[in-house]
Amino acid sequence: MPAYLLEAFTVTLGLILLMAEAFSSKTSKAWIGKAAALGLTGLIVAAFFAVGPIQKPEAEWASWPLWNFYHFEGLARFYKLFALFTTLLVVLLSVDFRSVLAKFTEEPGSEAGTGEFYALPVFACAGMMWMASAKDLAGAFVALELVTISFYILVAFMRRNVGSLEAGVKYLILGALSTGFLVYGIAWIYGSTGTMNLSDLPSKIHHLQSPIPLLFGIALVMVAMSFKVGAVPMQVWIPDVYQGAPTPTTAFLSVGSKAAGFILLIRFLTPFLAEGSPVRTQVLGLLLILACATLLFGNLAAIPQTNFKRLLAYSSIAHAGFLLLALAAWAPDSANLLGSAKAVSFYLATYLLMTLGTFFVLAQIRIQADGERIEDFNGLGKRNPLLAIALTILLAALAGVPLTAGFLGKFFVFSLAVKAQLWWGVGLGFVAAAAGFYYYFKTIRAMWWQPAASDAKPLVLPPITRYAVAVLTVAVLVIGVWPNPILWLLG
Amino acid sequence: MLALLVLIPIVAFIAILAGAPARLTALASSVVNLALGIAVAIAPTWEKWSFSVQVLSTPKLNLAFGVIDGMSAIMILLSVIVTVAAVLSGKAPEGREKLYFGSSLLISAGALGAFASTDLFFFYAFHELALIPTFLMIGILGRGDRRDAAWKITIYLGLGSIVLLAGLVGLASVTGTFDIVGMLKNKTAIDPVAQKSIAGLLIVGFGTLVSLFPFHSWAAPAYASAPAPVAMLHAGVLKKFGLYGLLRLAVPLLPEGMQAWLTPLLVLLLGNILWVGLVTINQKRLDTLLGNSSVMHMGYIFLAIAALVAGKDANSIARPAAVILMFAHGISIALQFSLADKIERRTGSLDLDDMGGLAKAAPSLAFIFGLGAMASIGLPGLANFAGEVMVFLSSFQNYDASAGLGPVQIACILSIWGVVISAVYMLRAYRRIFQGPAVKSTESVADLTLADKIPALLLVVALLAVGLYPNLLLNLMK
Repeated sequence: MPAYLLEAFTVTLGLILLMAEAFSSKTSKAWIGKAAALGLTGLIVAAFFAVGPIQKPEAEWASWPLWNFYHFEGLARFYKLFALFTTLLVVLLSVDFRSVLAKFTEEPGSEAGTGEFYALPVFACAGMMWMASAKDLAGAFVALELVTISFYILVAFMRRNVGSLEAGVKYLILGALSTGFLVYGIAWIYGSTGTMNLSDLPSKIHHLQSPIPLLFGIALVMVAMSFKVGAVPMQVWIPDVYQGAPTPTTAFLSVGSKAAGFILLIRFLTPFLAEGSPVRTQVLGLLLILACATLLFGNLAAIPQTNFKRLLAYSSIAHAGFLLLALAAWAPDSANLLGSAKAVSFYLATYLLMTLGTFFVLAQIRIQADGERIEDFNGLGKRNPLLAIALTILLAALAGVPLTAGFLGKFFVFSLAVKAQLWWGVGLGFVAAAAGFYYYFKTIRAMWWQPAASDAKPLVLPPITRYAVAVLTVAVLVIGVWPNPILWLLG
Repeated sequence: MLALLVLIPIVAFIAILAGAPARLTALASSVVNLALGIAVAIAPTWEKWSFSVQVLSTPKLNLAFGVIDGMSAIMILLSVIVTVAAVLSGKAPEGREKLYFGSSLLISAGALGAFASTDLFFFYAFHELALIPTFLMIGILGRGDRRDAAWKITIYLGLGSIVLLAGLVGLASVTGTFDIVGMLKNKTAIDPVAQKSIAGLLIVGFGTLVSLFPFHSWAAPAYASAPAPVAMLHAGVLKKFGLYGLLRLAVPLLPEGMQAWLTPLLVLLLGNILWVGLVTINQKRLDTLLGNSSVMHMGYIFLAIAALVAGKDANSIARPAAVILMFAHGISIALQFSLADKIERRTGSLDLDDMGGLAKAAPSLAFIFGLGAMASIGLPGLANFAGEVMVFLSSFQNYDASAGLGPVQIACILSIWGVVISAVYMLRAYRRIFQGPAVKSTESVADLTLADKIPALLLVVALLAVGLYPNLLLNLMK
């Protein structure tokens, strides 16, 4: 099956869901989410059978001009699977979250007006999948906008909730600003090299009279990307938007959107970071500055947080810092070192498992304790011990405790940074890891050591959440000692 | 085969979570492990012990276990003995058996994994595995100011581990491998500048985990409020991980780096012995007294490490001295924490002012506690004596009288005062608890039952055996 059909099917799935939503009963919409989950599962299976012209050069479609804009290899497949899997989990999370959603939409209390919440992530997913294959800056821009515009709606979806609306406006304004940066940057790159195609860039950048205009363009695009991945200098929106948006949207933003941003960043930077590129040193320097600033900001600002969702927002910035550090230490795969692109992908995969698991738990706390503060986790060890164990493992993984998946991700990043002798980055990385240890363990402390509020009831999980948390937690442990499945997927 | 040592407690932990009877499962698995551990000590060279599976090809990581030398075997032996004693003597609060015994098993699995690993990555990882349940247990089931104590140990050891991780990543990057055996065999010449910075990180990282002065203030409150098995396992076994790491990695691989830090290390270890020793004398409660004394005794082992570094002699007796003292201290402190728990259960207090005359009502408790106290002071015939004497002698090995006293010798002379300090606080505590007129809380106390005596006797036998015939362990070190 030619790979571009995946995106086509995904968009079709979204359209079908929208149509079905329009003709369905007003009171019960959860089945749309379940149908979306089913469709996405089918697409995940299909992704394993997708091929491109590299794998099947004799096919008729292999000579189409489409492939000038669209790229398909192991990394693209990995990120398409990543987007599909994230969307699947987010849709499942939305199904369990619908009671809160219904409170703040059209007719409070009924599910009318919640149907689109299951279809929009599918469109965003199509955009993310295209970003994974982007080969041309114009195509990348279109894909990125598809994602961003879907998110404008998703963030502000609870329209009778002030927090959600405020988040929507903030996201809209900063998103528009970053789009401006992106287009402007692309224009400068096109102006200085005469091409928007990433595969033509390596040959063009060698004949530049001066690299300054190109560097200016690259810097502008990187600023725009830092909006997507949640890094300095475009990180200010993250805490407010994460806190205000509906929890499934927050989860989607923090995992799906970040990963799509990183694959696009990798694709965009690869030609400039190749050996012999005239701008290599400057771009690496810029990446290191961004990485250090992001690490510092994310981790230090996370320390005093008392709201768990906001804490996760800062933690998302902090993780972006580690990922940028891996890019700043840019290296290809070698005999005893995992290359930067693979290290970032591995890190993101582990980040998906731990973060989405945490969001599943957070959503239930939000529903059942009606709060998202750290103290709402008080006494969870008594109210639901197994859930508390699972969340302990997930948070320990986020903090980077060994034998969990989170440690391996950080370990690869540090190996790269030490190899590249980025001592500032390594030093700050360790400070960041230490700070992370503190703020994640604050929640663990609340769960186990603090007594529950006097009126707290035992926490009972709905079936979807129960299975999702169990599967994700076990995966975090298994990947922690046996990372090969993810590395196989990476090819 | 060594993988079994780690696997058995983890499987037992899962079984307990799934509903198997907690105490029985824990006991069965730790007894099987005891048998395995003794087998390791008897035949450490059997090639079937080693075990290795590749976890990752780039960079090359193996989940590998093996008996690197006698030191590994002795630490494994220490771990399995203390685990059995901890499980046997622990008494879970009503309804918390799963948590209580499950966590104890995880701590034991982590410690065994760390001592048996031959891969740097898992060496570090298993130690962390043991720390998490330690923190949780102190916070959930501890006594007194459990939350503050638990948070303090979490932060201290968490930060210490990260400093340590930085050092280990540096070590792996300069040697280019994670295989500890390979590192020790090839002993590639490491650049002295890199040696110095890595050694500094390792001393602070491992040092925090072993409560090296001034990173020690987590220890006493944590042990004072920890449930008995956790105090026994952490003070007795897990804490030795830091010393083991220094002896295993820092001393052989970074000779010049360690040399550069010798003087600061000597000053800090004197802080452990003299400063913390004086603090210990002032304690009013038995649990904080034991906690502080365990911090103080780490100073002697650091002295052995310092002597080893200064002597530049791989065959120095400082190395076996350190290992024997680690073993002896592990057993004796576990015995003392276990008995302190018994005393508290009987009298309801550990405040030295509330006690007296306990020996009348509970003579065997008094006798065994006395043995533990004597061991801790370093009385001949008990294991600690062998260790301490060897440490002091090793400081003067290769001593050249014409050159005058070197820093190590001066530190040793000052350290010997530590023996006096130990005698002061231990004998005073013994007198105030067991002798004198009986007070209300100690009048009608029951003596140790047979079930209480078994774990205590297990530890006493180990202390006596090594004390009377140190060659049991010394032969392993050759």
